[in-house]
Amino acid sequence: MGMHTVKLPDVGEGVAEAELTEWQVQPGQIVQEDDILATVMTDKAAVEIPSPVTGTVASLGGEVGDILPVGAVLVTLEVEGDGNAAPEPEATPVPPDPEASPDVAPKPAPRPEPEKKAEKTEPTKPSKPVSAPSDGPVRGEHDRPVAAPSVRRRAKEGGVDLRQVRGTGPAGRIIHEDLDLWFSGSGEARSGSGRVANTAVEEIKVVGLRRRISERMAEANARVAHITYVDEIDMTELERLRDTLNREHGGDRPKLTLLPFLMRAMVNAIAKQPAMNAHYDDDAGMIHQFGGVHIGIATQAPGGLMVPVVRHTEARGLWDCAAEVVRLAEAARVGAASRDELSGSTITITSLGALGGLATTPIINRPEVAIVGVNKMQMRPVWDGTQFVPRKMMNLSSSFDHRVIDGWDAAMFVQAIRRQLENPATLFLED
Amino acid sequence: MRDIACKVLVIGAGPGGYVCAIRAGQLGLDTVIVDGAPLGGTCLNVGCIPSKALIHAADEFHKLDAAAAGATPFGLSASAPTVDFAKTMAWKNGIVERFNLGVGGLLKKAGVKSIRGWARFVDGKTVQVATDTGMQTIRAENVVIATGSEPVELPDLPFGDRVISSTGALALKEVPRSMAVVGGGYIGLELGTALAKLGCRVTVVEAADRVLPQYDGELVRPVLARLEALGVEVLTAATARALDPAGLTIDIGGEARTVAAETVLVTVGRRPKTDGYGLEELDLDRVGRFIRIDDRCRTSMRGVYAIGDVSGEPMLAHRAMAQGEMVAELLAGERRSWDRVAIPAICFTDPEIVTVGLSPAEAEADGHRTISTLFPFQANGRAMTTAREDGFVRVVAREDNHLLLGVQAVGAHVSELAAGFALALEMGARLEDVAGTIHAHPTHGEAFQEAALRGLGHALHI
Repeated sequence: MGMHTVKLPDVGEGVAEAELTEWQVQPGQIVQEDDILATVMTDKAAVEIPSPVTGTVASLGGEVGDILPVGAVLVTLEVEGDGNAAPEPEATPVPPDPEASPDVAPKPAPRPEPEKKAEKTEPTKPSKPVSAPSDGPVRGEHDRPVAAPSVRRRAKEGGVDLRQVRGTGPAGRIIHEDLDLWFSGSGEARSGSGRVANTAVEEIKVVGLRRRISERMAEANARVAHITYVDEIDMTELERLRDTLNREHGGDRPKLTLLPFLMRAMVNAIAKQPAMNAHYDDDAGMIHQFGGVHIGIATQAPGGLMVPVVRHTEARGLWDCAAEVVRLAEAARVGAASRDELSGSTITITSLGALGGLATTPIINRPEVAIVGVNKMQMRPVWDGTQFVPRKMMNLSSSFDHRVIDGWDAAMFVQAIRRQLENPATLFLED
Repeated sequence: MRDIACKVLVIGAGPGGYVCAIRAGQLGLDTVIVDGAPLGGTCLNVGCIPSKALIHAADEFHKLDAAAAGATPFGLSASAPTVDFAKTMAWKNGIVERFNLGVGGLLKKAGVKSIRGWARFVDGKTVQVATDTGMQTIRAENVVIATGSEPVELPDLPFGDRVISSTGALALKEVPRSMAVVGGGYIGLELGTALAKLGCRVTVVEAADRVLPQYDGELVRPVLARLEALGVEVLTAATARALDPAGLTIDIGGEARTVAAETVLVTVGRRPKTDGYGLEELDLDRVGRFIRIDDRCRTSMRGVYAIGDVSGEPMLAHRAMAQGEMVAELLAGERRSWDRVAIPAICFTDPEIVTVGLSPAEAEADGHRTISTLFPFQANGRAMTTAREDGFVRVVAREDNHLLLGVQAVGAHVSELAAGFALALEMGARLEDVAGTIHAHPTHGEAFQEAALRGLGHALHI
């Protein structure tokens, strides 16, 4: 028998590390070649790591939530034959460049120290279930609270429903100190209404996609000076056109939503204001202004926000755009979007459709410099000079990186989009 | 006779009623207690206490008998012992009388007015008591019904000279030569065992397919073994038909058979006492025959409470006492509700059975994944040195957090372990807590610790 170490492979261009988001195996488990060992999360894509060999899992290289550098030991397998690992382990693989992401990893990536690790991950297993749970699972909804008679009496006399009290004793037992805390902490919250304060605190580890989102949002908000510009757009004409086109091509082409028109309007506006289609590398003090318009579409996926990218929108027609948006949104929702489909946008659209609200303050998808937010469309009375007329109105809430884009330019950009959407024919003018 | 008005009226002076009255008196409530029988109810007069006295006397006699037969492993011998059964009964009666006086003294000390006589409800706030000196009307703000229970009679075997209830068994003039016990519950087996030890030829006739049906087979097995050793015949799936001079005719396996029975003890159960005192006037909600109560022992009528056997299972004195105490405190304005984790139950057979909390089957039925382990007295030092190695202690705990859900034991002297078992359950002990508590050596209690250790996978003495 030999040991075979499986290292975290290079999971994408330029990726130096990945976060461990799920173990598919446990120590002692037998895995076949190509069985999935673990799921790791890179920039925004989840990648499954298959086993290259058949063997028995001897140890795992980290815990869920750990950041592993590419090349770090992911799993050690016991295999037939010699395996690929010397009995005494080779030197630590190349650690991640500590400068690359100084504050991303809350824990240092674990270094393989096989002997110690073996101790940690292979608890001596006696024949019976003995390992004492430190405090056991949280009390279930229908479980009766566990408390000594003196605690129960004190709670009863104090008007406390013990089902509401978190027990910190063994097996969730409620002890006098828990009641002390209850009485001292939430006195006023219990008065009058008969409602009681819920002091439960659930600890949810922020890992995977949610951690990515958290980090990126915080960084964008901290580093970018946002300016948000909201204006109202009369969509009546565009809606008429959209309706006509959908009726004409209902059977043979993808249904047109508002998005392809907006994308077309943005492409045209960017042609006049290329500064909007750029990345601002603030560390290097450099703006990369792009020729191709790669529009990110912010999409709500089950795990959180994802931004699939419609590449080269400037080269796509209306229906092409529509089809691509549908395809990418679906891929993102089912988690099938590739890393390439989730990166490389140069400007972003965020839309919550019917939930779009009156106005929003979108956060820029850094390092981009502009994001266009679509609000809810609704019929509103509009004064046409002589009377109120019903018009389909919609707001656009767009944010810009005020460090590199002045308010004037931001306003010009939104007005250019507005003029096109209000006069749909101009969307298709070749000037 | 002038009417009495009071804050609390307790009807029935059994363990539930007198405890309720004492506690109410202690709390300064104007309290009256009424009973037509001597203070102490079934428990003190014709139940727990006298039966334990009889069982003890029988045990002592049986030991002498064993010594006389040269049957002790440690070499005792004695000449053939005899029992003056009249003295046995007189001694038992002396204990009962001390209790009657003791309860009376406790009630008086607590400032409770005690009235002898049978009460009858007029309405939910008023009763009339037929006393020696005439009819006494009592009006109360609150009434606590604690009338208890009574033995169930069989239509074919009405109580009489030769057919007796447990009450009759505790008032025998002499030990019958032969006795059939109809009903193999704990009362029948306790009394049957005692009388067998005193030299009576006992046959147990049980209609179900096993005796002590509320206990699982593992717990009952040592008791059956002992009954066989004592020469008690246990007939299951057998129905009593009729009593004639030759004995008791029974149906067993479709055939008639006659069982020697100078006396027949009928112990087929107890039913709540709800007749004969005007309870129907109140039209309280019922659960079966029992009065329906909530978690504060309140009935469906405001200001009317019910405690003890009349309020439901388990019909046990200590449950009634805990309820009585709680109701008194409620009436004094304190906040209380029934919150006990477990009500221990003991069967004073030989060996004794103790159950507290959930059995393995009940725990599984409650949806728990459980650990259930037992430690046999064969491996317990104290059990070996008392020449009684039959039985065991068994623990039932949740698999996920090891919280103790139940403890059962069967063995000689295990009734005294009930306190520790119940305390562990009420305190919310885990297996680790029991295993981590030093249990004095050499005692039967060590088996509790060892059963817990075994549940954790590292028993030391097995």
